[in-house]
Amino acid sequence: MNKHKINKTYAEINARIKAGEAVVVTAEEMTKIVRREGRVKAAARVDVVTTGTFSPMCSSGMFFNFGQTTPTIKAAEVWLNNVSSYAGLAAVDAYIGATEPCGDDPLNKVYPGSCRYGGGHVIEDLLNGKKVFLKATAYGTDCYPNHLLEKEITLDDLSSALLCNPRNCYQNYNCAINLSDKTIHTYMGTIKSQGRSANYCSAGELSPLLNDPLYKTIGLGTRIFLGGGIGYVTWQGTQHNPGGARAKNGTPLTPAGTLMVQGDLKQMEPGWLKGVSIQGYGCSLAVGLGIPIPVLNEEMAGYTGVSDAELFTQIIDYAYDYSNRISRNYGEVSYAELKSGSIEVNGRQVPTAPLSSVVKAREIAETLKEWIMKGDFFLQEPVQLLPDGQE
Amino acid sequence: MYKKMYLLRFTKDNIDQPLICDLVKKYNLDFNILRADIFMQQDGVMILELSGPRKNVQAGLKYLKKYEVKVETMATVIKRDDEKCFQCGACTGRCSTGALSIKRPEMAVIFDPEKCTGCGLCVPVCPVQAMHISLDKSVRLDYQRIKYNEPAKEEVTVTEIN
Ligand code: SF4
Ligand code: SF4
Repeated sequence: MNKHKINKTYAEINARIKAGEAVVVTAEEMTKIVRREGRVKAAARVDVVTTGTFSPMCSSGMFFNFGQTTPTIKAAEVWLNNVSSYAGLAAVDAYIGATEPCGDDPLNKVYPGSCRYGGGHVIEDLLNGKKVFLKATAYGTDCYPNHLLEKEITLDDLSSALLCNPRNCYQNYNCAINLSDKTIHTYMGTIKSQGRSANYCSAGELSPLLNDPLYKTIGLGTRIFLGGGIGYVTWQGTQHNPGGARAKNGTPLTPAGTLMVQGDLKQMEPGWLKGVSIQGYGCSLAVGLGIPIPVLNEEMAGYTGVSDAELFTQIIDYAYDYSNRISRNYGEVSYAELKSGSIEVNGRQVPTAPLSSVVKAREIAETLKEWIMKGDFFLQEPVQLLPDGQE
Repeated sequence: MYKKMYLLRFTKDNIDQPLICDLVKKYNLDFNILRADIFMQQDGVMILELSGPRKNVQAGLKYLKKYEVKVETMATVIKRDDEKCFQCGACTGRCSTGALSIKRPEMAVIFDPEKCTGCGLCVPVCPVQAMHISLDKSVRLDYQRIKYNEPAKEEVTVTEIN
């Protein structure tokens, strides 16, 4: 006995995509459809809901292999445009992390540092077809006698370039305020003193993991939009924390699930990965990421039909509480309130500013929708689901 | 709090005076030198941003004039590089004039140069350096002329605040 009225399989949905018959809508459209028609009717009609998000995502980076030299080299230290890369993998394999600053960056010595160039920018430059200066040093062995490699390379010269982000796509994030007497510069942006501004960072109802809050369809092997190309979910992200408090609709009220994602940089598109500089904090990479969610049944229709008014987060003080790990909040707000431009904190109206681009998130959801409708993109059933923290 | 950019022209006779230092000591002003071309026993120019209570800024400027430093106000031009901008909205939290605002419900970030006062606060908070501040074109050409003693051939961005 099946507990749902509507039941579809991945194979059935893929067959409909192949036949050009699949009904695909974005998460914003689905919100309206479910409100209008109810979950069962929506599930009967819609096959796939596309989501998207585009914002700075730390814990991103790229594995790369730069090919051998003559004579051969076993690189011990590697730099791309003077950004140090981790070389302790093999002879000519390395990993460049998005938040690694350029070697001669003054950082916060002149506070707040502007952190103009780092690993995220290198990845963006490569994706945009720019030349990047590669330097590698080595101690020399009998089989790898070379001590030094210096040359300009482009993405085409790398024998492999694998974007590999150990933690992306945070399911919900804090709304940051600053209750101290001075302006602070954080990874949540610049925040005015005495609680006079609030920053938040989520695409809300368009955000992938807020449309599948209990990871019923997103897992290992899920095919996704990553950096304008195709990528895969390859594990739960680091700090994946599904067990926190949740609303009745299953969505978390605090930062919860995360994803590890991978994809071949060579098939990604300029514009969908951007090196970012966060004043006083450092560098990072803004990642464009979108996930298609199959509407397998009315339960999934309900999840994907969620609206900004039903998604909540906590207001956290980043001047003292966050860095001292004090778990205290200054209220709970919905994304509808945050997106309205002003929220109430301690009985006072406070203007809000987003860090996550809703415009780009929508563009990603639309692009993914187009790919699926054209039959260029099929859904991949996960080989294993992520830990959901439920009993 | 009053904040504005000025172009100061020094002459041989006043160039060795600790005038900028006096602005701090006597008038309690903050300054930020954006560009300076000062040589001993020659004329010099300096572009600096002064901030403090309006009264103090005025008194400080008067003091400079007493030493025959020529002071000109400097207009700034703020531009957004729409190719770079990814419409995140971070800048809207810093802009207090409404020149950078969010159009709802689309959440598109709109830049209206008409409302911009050139304060430059949005420049360092933009994560992709899409907001550019440069000096007004007329001053820019003038500045080039002073420096090289000839008319400038092309438009050059003299400075960028960050
Ligand atoms: S320069 Fe100042 S007024 Fe102009 S857009 Fe930037 S923050 Fe707003
Ligand atoms: S902060 Fe920069 S990228 Fe973001 S909306 Fe403003 S100008 Fe565009």
